[in-house]
Amino acid sequence: MSSQLIKNNFRMDRLPHIWCPGCGHGIIMRSMAQAIQNLGLDKQKVCIVSGIGCSSRAPGYMDFNTLHTTHGRALAFATGVKLANPELKVIVVTGDGDCSAIGGNHLIHTARRNIDITTIVFNNNIYGMTGGQYSPTTPTNDFGTTAPFGNIDKAFDICKLVDGAGATYVARGTAYHVNQLTKIIEKAISNIGFSLVDAISICPTYYGRKNKKGTAVQMMNYLKDSAVDTKVAEKLPPEKLENKFFIGEFKNTTEPEYTEEYMKIIKKYQKER
Amino acid sequence: MKNRKVKLMQGNEACVEGALAAGMKFYAGYPITPSTEIAEICSQKLPLVGGKFIQMEDEIAGMAATIGGSLAGLKSMTATSGPGFSLKQENIGYAALAEVPCVIVDVQRAGPSTGLPTAPSQGDIMQAKWGTHGDHPVIALSPTSVKETFDLTVKCFNLSEKYRTPVMLMLDEIVGHMREKIEIPEADEIEIYDRKKPTQDEVDTYKAYRVNEGEIVPAMASFGEGFHFHVTGLMHDEFGFPSNDADTADKLLRRIMNKISDNVDDIVMFEEEFMEDAEMVVLAYGGTYRSARSAVKKARAMGLKVGLFKAITIWPFREKRVIEIAKDQKKILVPELNLGQYVLEVERIVAGKTEVHSLGKVNGEAITPDEILAKIREVL
Repeated sequence: MSSQLIKNNFRMDRLPHIWCPGCGHGIIMRSMAQAIQNLGLDKQKVCIVSGIGCSSRAPGYMDFNTLHTTHGRALAFATGVKLANPELKVIVVTGDGDCSAIGGNHLIHTARRNIDITTIVFNNNIYGMTGGQYSPTTPTNDFGTTAPFGNIDKAFDICKLVDGAGATYVARGTAYHVNQLTKIIEKAISNIGFSLVDAISICPTYYGRKNKKGTAVQMMNYLKDSAVDTKVAEKLPPEKLENKFFIGEFKNTTEPEYTEEYMKIIKKYQKER
Repeated sequence: MKNRKVKLMQGNEACVEGALAAGMKFYAGYPITPSTEIAEICSQKLPLVGGKFIQMEDEIAGMAATIGGSLAGLKSMTATSGPGFSLKQENIGYAALAEVPCVIVDVQRAGPSTGLPTAPSQGDIMQAKWGTHGDHPVIALSPTSVKETFDLTVKCFNLSEKYRTPVMLMLDEIVGHMREKIEIPEADEIEIYDRKKPTQDEVDTYKAYRVNEGEIVPAMASFGEGFHFHVTGLMHDEFGFPSNDADTADKLLRRIMNKISDNVDDIVMFEEEFMEDAEMVVLAYGGTYRSARSAVKKARAMGLKVGLFKAITIWPFREKRVIEIAKDQKKILVPELNLGQYVLEVERIVAGKTEVHSLGKVNGEAITPDEILAKIREVL
């Protein structure tokens, strides 16, 4: 039996999804739907935009205005949609490779403009759709099909990247900490400005297998054991933070939003004409 | 008595005036010479009419945002030049497959690569047709004067709205930067075509990619109007959802190709002069047409029987008429600012029925009337 949440927010005839057994993406997608429902958003005014990759199939399953674009370009398409119709709540679904490699330029500039777009990164540390190549968030020394001797790249911290670029809401959650993730997504959507949620997912099929991380359950347990809430982390000694990563809210500020600023220009100069 | 505004303006400026007259309300782009004036003037004029301008972080984003603006319901345009045109190609293919109306202006400059910034060229004519991967429908127009730039920009919007496809305006640096007198038509003199939209009664039955009886393309809803539709660059069914089904893919691609090829008579524009007794025809387009016309008039003054064919619509090609010319045994000369691109298409169509000659130039200078005249005398 499908829950009311699924019935209300998904295209039932498009399910089941294409993701592998054990993939974390379905949990994050559900969390998004829960957040949208909790906020009571008008479905007609929600537009979900994605790029290319495993993550980017999500909008096809969701019963909103949905746009599946080209690799890396979701934020640029979304910028066009949002500026053309600022009434729309625009949410971008992207992956670690999609948003921080091929789409890296769009990511930093969309953040810089502080345009009211919420970006949910389904971050599984690997290119899944193409079969397990290392991505900009694959940890150094980990393996991928294009890093057979270990990855010598350094990984991006996507939260720090967009914080530096000008995003006004930045947070990280995981596919394990679902309730927290839903709350974070709610806050990200509510922020009037550029918001990013780095949603840590798991890819047992490629990243897990290449790096001997065990089953999906073991990978979920890793998320549970290794994630430390940023508020808790402040009170812990450094030795307790070794090999941990931080989740929770990193930034929540208010700055002028792009489409509002543009509408001010229209209001001022259209009137004077 | 019409009270038309008479102005001295650049081709690039006329392009913006035409776009505004056609109802453009959204522009996204990236600066590149010799197209930059188009962005500058859009940034100035769009807010005055309640429209939106955005300077994106790169050419790719400019094309992407233009498509996004159109999906949100606004008539959208972007402009670029050679290197930027290369960068936009992937998303032009997206607009073609997802059937998103939009206008792309390419003010051609000499390439390849950064080439000769910013000398004139017509080197992107084949790229307009084949630049993006896969088979895809293409409409491209090329103006020869400032006035024609205005008119053809309006036409580009109308064709894009009517056929739900990206349409390219292939300007070149000669016409883009040339200043001429232009009489701007009044609003009631300009024919405007707006995309057909589904009615609100169809909210529950709407299929985003179903072509209704008697229509050329599917009715197009905008995001935010209550139609929960999906748009993708994957092959898709009538609902817009991805499909790997062979028949679905075949049907879709043939449909979007046929919507252009079945309507060539509506899309293709050309003009002819001095054709009746011509033994030879100069077939020209864009800035080069101006030199060609001058050369043909000089040739006529010398008693040479030369006709002139102006290709206004570059793609699709006016095959029927060119075959007739070839059957009449008129020789064809194609002068162009490249090493022979459009001439390849002429040769393909003519298929040996008559002689086809090429006059190419790639040193960054325009082809002069005397150069064309010399070639005419050589061929005749």
